[in-house]
Amino acid sequence: MKVYLTRRYAFSASHRLHNGAFTEDENRATYGKCNNPYGHGHNYFIEITVSGAVDPQTGMVCNLADLDGWVRENILERYDHQDLNHLTEFAKKVPTTENLCVEIYELLHRGFKKAHLDRVRIEETMMNSFEYSGESQR
Amino acid sequence: MSSIVYLTRKAEFSASHLYHNPAFSAEENRRVFGKCNNPNGHGHNYVLEVTVKGEVDTTTGFVVDLKKLKDLMHSEVLDALDHRFLNKEIPEFFTLIPTTENIAIVCWQRLAPKLTAAKLHRVRVYETPDLFADFYGEA
Repeated sequence: MKVYLTRRYAFSASHRLHNGAFTEDENRATYGKCNNPYGHGHNYFIEITVSGAVDPQTGMVCNLADLDGWVRENILERYDHQDLNHLTEFAKKVPTTENLCVEIYELLHRGFKKAHLDRVRIEETMMNSFEYSGESQR
Repeated sequence: MSSIVYLTRKAEFSASHLYHNPAFSAEENRRVFGKCNNPNGHGHNYVLEVTVKGEVDTTTGFVVDLKKLKDLMHSEVLDALDHRFLNKEIPEFFTLIPTTENIAIVCWQRLAPKLTAAKLHRVRVYETPDLFADFYGEA
C-alpha cells in the first residue's frame, strides 16, 4: 500500500532578489523591498515528501534516520545560516524561493536514493509557500 | 451541476508505541529503529486528519454532517487508540509495526467501511508537527 511520508526541517538564510540584467528601477519595480541592497533573512521551513510501499519488515516507507542524515548533510549544512546569493547555484539565478525549491528538489532527486521523492515544499514565511514536484512544461 | 468539496476534520489522540521486528536480532532492531526500539516504548500526541470528498448537498449545504464524521472518528479510532500502548492493546499492531505509515493505513481501514455519507479521500497522521504520513487508500 502506497503511503506518502512528509518530514519538516528548518533553516535560516539571507537573500537579496536582484537581477543583474535589470536596471535599478526595474529591480525595484520587480522585487520591491526584497531588492534592498544588503539582503534580508528568513526562517525557512522545508517539507520533503517521499512515497512508496510500506516495507513489511520495518513498517516504513523510508527510514527517517536515512532521510534526516542525508538532509542534514546535504541541505541544512549547505543552506543554514548562509547568504543564498553567495552560493554557486545562485551565481546566475535569483534566489527566490521558487528557485530554491527547484534546487533542493534536484539535490534530493539526484542524491537521495533510498525512497521515491514526491515533492518539496518550502515556507518562506508563514504566509508564503512554494511547491515543486519535478513537473515541467515546454 | 454539483460541486465536489473536500472537508477535513482534525482530532488528537495520545498513545505509546515502540518499533520492534521479532524477526530481527536485537542488534538489527537497534540499528534499524534506533531509540524507537527502546523496550518500554514512548509516546506521542498524534493528530489525525480525516478528509472526505463529496458533492455539496443542496438542502443542507453539507458534504457530510460533521457531527456524524466526528462521532465516527471517535467510535472507530479515537476511543480505541487514545491513551493506549499501540503494540500491546490494538489488535492490528500485534503483528504490524505501529509506524506513522501503518497508523495512517489502520485508521483508513477502520474508517472507510463505516463511512457511508461521503467518500473517504485521505487520512493524515501527524506523529509530531515535523512528521506526518498520508494514505489515500492506494494499493
